[in-house]
Amino acid sequence: MTDADEAGPGAQAARATASPAQAHAAVAAAFRDEAGHLTASLVRSLGDFDLAEESLQEAVVQALEHWPAEGIPARPGAWLLTVARRRALNRLSRDARYAAKLAELAREPAPEPAPEPDNRLQLVFTCCHPALRREWQVALTLRAVFGFTTGEIARAFVASEDAVAQRIVRAKRKIATAGIPYRMPGPDELPGRLPEVLAVLYLLFNEGHLATSGSGSRRDLSQDALWLTGLLCRLLPAEPEALGLLALMRLHLARADARFTDTGDLVRLADQDRSLWDHDEIAEAVTLIERAAAMRRPGPYQVEAAIAACHAEAPSFESTDWMQVVALYDLLLEMEPSPVVRLNRALAIWRVAGAQAALRELDQLAAELDGYHIYHAARGELLSDMGRDEQARAARLQAHDLTHNQAERSLLRQRLVP
Amino acid sequence: MKYILLFCGTREGSGPASSPEDVRRAYAGVGDWLTRNSSRIGSIHQLQPPDTATTVLLEGQRRPVVKDGPFLEGKEVVGGYCEIDVADLDEALELAKTWPGRTQAVEIRPVVPHDLPAELDRP
Repeated sequence: MTDADEAGPGAQAARATASPAQAHAAVAAAFRDEAGHLTASLVRSLGDFDLAEESLQEAVVQALEHWPAEGIPARPGAWLLTVARRRALNRLSRDARYAAKLAELAREPAPEPAPEPDNRLQLVFTCCHPALRREWQVALTLRAVFGFTTGEIARAFVASEDAVAQRIVRAKRKIATAGIPYRMPGPDELPGRLPEVLAVLYLLFNEGHLATSGSGSRRDLSQDALWLTGLLCRLLPAEPEALGLLALMRLHLARADARFTDTGDLVRLADQDRSLWDHDEIAEAVTLIERAAAMRRPGPYQVEAAIAACHAEAPSFESTDWMQVVALYDLLLEMEPSPVVRLNRALAIWRVAGAQAALRELDQLAAELDGYHIYHAARGELLSDMGRDEQARAARLQAHDLTHNQAERSLLRQRLVP
Repeated sequence: MKYILLFCGTREGSGPASSPEDVRRAYAGVGDWLTRNSSRIGSIHQLQPPDTATTVLLEGQRRPVVKDGPFLEGKEVVGGYCEIDVADLDEALELAKTWPGRTQAVEIRPVVPHDLPAELDRP
């Protein structure tokens, strides 16, 4: 459980909260609701993505300084917008080239985070434009859509603040000089553009989902990613892949409580206490998959969600419908061939046709996945199942040395002890 | 916004050598493309291969030095270019995606507008 979870979506109401962690979580929830709207509205009135994003960022930093002590304002969005606009006006007034723009802005009536059509979508599609590299897309989305500070992004991705700041500067420079438009892609472009957005969201989700020991001040990326995916589904109700990703995330979260022991150790799927899973949540996620499937445009996220559902709906590990899992992986491989998917398929083959057959599949991936810890961990499990203990130990050792995630390391360490 | 589309490939090219028929079809395709998009297209040129290039070296020389061959020595070559004037990168991308010429890749480069030198770009 994270602070953001406890605070919930209605966190704006939490005035004068006691602990700094709670205050921080309330601030985070307020940003999640407001930041995207505010950036979008600033881009529209300023006509300049860079200036809009920069000004909001300054307002966010001010809010983080003031809100924890003074309480969250009744209308956090209006507060942020006022500060951001003041910052933008200050910047413009220092720059003679923008005299006309400045006069125009000063004439505008008092700001109001207006209930205009939701233009956060434009913002998301701009931040996740395929002309930007993935790490820029990620950093920019976090700042412009979620109102993350550069420091928060750096902590989430274990990068230096300088590196993150560089990514954002470069991304914004490219948006300006290369003429990346601030608009929603048309219907014929959407099939090419949506996967880019979904990939960023899934990456954020996984980054949050894998992280275990976040300090109190670290925002829960998976909750942010879940929220934006939900928003995307509401705004693009005819896109089955967005629904598929939402279902996939919810299926992961529904089982999150069983993934870690009280001491923060990772628990393997086979060993998880399935009574800890949220079965209502699983059922709801499954209805999302069905809704997506009814649109008859299958895609990788829908298939991945269906695989997750196979696991989530099985009463026990042994009773999982492994044949179905293998069939779904085959489908996924047709859609997007990837060595990691083949690795997962091999693990399902293990349950259907035994360790030897699975190992044969795995061996074909040696060249591509040699640097991937899960590959070696999987080999360790298969070799151990076949009684080849020495080799199993070597593989697990290699997996251990390749992973940086603490929870995964500790699980692999346990598996090294006979 | 103005962009230059650079039609790129490798020196060796890719795939089997093309028949005269393939070449004819490609030229016809380019002709159609130009007609369809004439309002957005400025000049377009196909370049002779790099072994026809002559380079004048300016920097680090006492006076300009003329040498045979291209300046860029990599495997990749620019086979031609086309100037386009469109609303934004998305429109440029749409044009590039429909380019019918026999080209491995199209690189899209924004042109520096004359009224705003690059160094004035805010930090």
